[in-house]
Amino acid sequence: MLTYLINGISLGSVYAIIALGYTMVYGIAKMLNFAHGDVIMVGGYMAFCATSYLGWPAIPSVLFSVLVCTVLGIVIERLAYKPLRNASSLAVLITAIGVSYFLQNTALLIWSSNPKAFPNLVSLPNLSVGSIQISSVAMVTVAACIIIMVGLTLFTDKTKMGKAMRAVSEDKGAAQLMGINVNGTISLTFAIGSGLAAIAGVLLCSAYPTLMPTTGAMPGIKAFTAAVFGGIGSIPGAMLGGILLGLIEIFGKAYISTQLSDAIVFAVLIIVLIVKPTGLLGKKVNEKV
Amino acid sequence: MKKMSKSSRSAFINYGIVLLFYLVVQLFISQGRVSSSLMGQLVPICVYVIMALSLNLVVGISGELSLGHAGFMSVGAFTGVIVAMSLKNAVPAGVLRLIIAIVIGAAIAAVMGIVIGIPVLRLQGDYLAIVTLAFGEIIKNVLNCLYIGVDGHGLHFSMKDANSMNMEMDGTVILNGPIGAVGIQKLSSFTAGVVLLLLVLFYIQNLVNSRNGRAIKAIRDSRIAAEACGLNITEYKLKAFVTSAAIAGAAGALYALNYSTVVPKKFDFNTSILILVFVVLGGIGNLRGSMIAAALLTVLPELLRQFQDYRMLVYAIVLILVMLLTNNEEAKALVARISGRFRKSKAVQE
Repeated sequence: MLTYLINGISLGSVYAIIALGYTMVYGIAKMLNFAHGDVIMVGGYMAFCATSYLGWPAIPSVLFSVLVCTVLGIVIERLAYKPLRNASSLAVLITAIGVSYFLQNTALLIWSSNPKAFPNLVSLPNLSVGSIQISSVAMVTVAACIIIMVGLTLFTDKTKMGKAMRAVSEDKGAAQLMGINVNGTISLTFAIGSGLAAIAGVLLCSAYPTLMPTTGAMPGIKAFTAAVFGGIGSIPGAMLGGILLGLIEIFGKAYISTQLSDAIVFAVLIIVLIVKPTGLLGKKVNEKV
Repeated sequence: MKKMSKSSRSAFINYGIVLLFYLVVQLFISQGRVSSSLMGQLVPICVYVIMALSLNLVVGISGELSLGHAGFMSVGAFTGVIVAMSLKNAVPAGVLRLIIAIVIGAAIAAVMGIVIGIPVLRLQGDYLAIVTLAFGEIIKNVLNCLYIGVDGHGLHFSMKDANSMNMEMDGTVILNGPIGAVGIQKLSSFTAGVVLLLLVLFYIQNLVNSRNGRAIKAIRDSRIAAEACGLNITEYKLKAFVTSAAIAGAAGALYALNYSTVVPKKFDFNTSILILVFVVLGGIGNLRGSMIAAALLTVLPELLRQFQDYRMLVYAIVLILVMLLTNNEEAKALVARISGRFRKSKAVQE
């Protein structure tokens, strides 16, 4: 029981980190960034390459992976999304899908479709409390999630750039009139979101050590539902949604059915959205005529 | 000739395009110029064109983003397979069995559409999109662990495995969990696909220009204004959604009966997205555009075969470039300037 709880929180923390990326980008650019899941995959591969091919130790490889993904996020935003700033949201969505295909197939060409065994980057001993073993990966994941959460909340609440971010997400035009660099802020959001995706990729691959070009797709979709679950655009919401989703998935697997666990996750999401259409922590926006 | 209205002329052009496509393909087949890989694509082309038309009804005409359309296709596909296999002895004629399979596939998909539509259509925008996505995944997941077999006593169901259905010795397993349906008798043909396509086209074009269609479009353009005019929002949205689900079910049945095996995984999120890509590239709300886009993009990976490993990459790049060129204002202006200059120089030559 407790083991399931710990596994659930650990998986949920990974979802939460990915969901944070979705939620921030959605809050600012009002777009569903479907390529986000594939940035996770790129992050995983980068860390894999750094440790396996270059023989780097754990922390520099993670930093390397974060750096590459951050740059990748900015490049994707500049090349594919920025020209469509004023286009319909569906057009942007399809472009994001195109980017997602692009990343997946590039990875397929470079690393082939054979799954790679991800090296164990967390070389800490497992913690045993009484009869329960807590794996070091789970501890690191939860710790990383809490640090990121606190850091992001402080960043958006206290710093000038964070305030600019919130201003842009509320009203782009007004923010621009106030002298905020809107394009720069959007790039920054993509950079942070992609950097987080890299960390999530490393954590995900540490917990489930098979790496394929499609590794990021399903966690991406689930994290996206987590973001909607918690109320899209809200940072604590993404966190809550992610952890709840992880718990539901692990408990569903343990007590109901292994094969149906995804169906259970999505069914709970639907029920929540029907009862509270803006997600758990979402704000209700009144319709104006 | 009597003067036709603009909409009915456009409708007849669409029928003409489909018929012309059919005749040209038949001509090439009789001359033996169609490669076998392309022959295998003929029914899928029809299926994807029908799927694009059906999704366009939801996304274009009704203005709701649906990301789970493959779910309805899946329901129709497996219903169709079950019907076709269990009626093997009762209805020997293949064509009749295909028609029954398609009709029942469409009916069950429509029922799913009602079940899903009633709660879902209360939501709006991205939330609606995510719930349809979730439903598509649930349908895939449930079908993935569903076992159905048939014997002398009728149908048997199980969620555990094939043996726990307790069938008689002569029973056959129709749906075998993640392995999907195997041993399907091929009933679909290109002609059947084109006939179904024409029927669907006829139905959708008439729907769009009817009282119902106008109401649906009014709701899309302004929900509040339409509500103030006394339109029942949920009713019309549900009509569009269920019609679309039924058409997707029919297309699914046609698709499944074209292969000897079908797996539930085939109808996943990526298939839903693929159909959405057809609709968006062809022009949201533009039936002819989505038909052409669906046909071209179904064949495109085949045509790109010479690039082999690079073909999906090329597909992705083409997709991004087309979206950028058609939606960016500067790019649009550039295209207009180039085509304007081209026209001018042509005029000078004349």
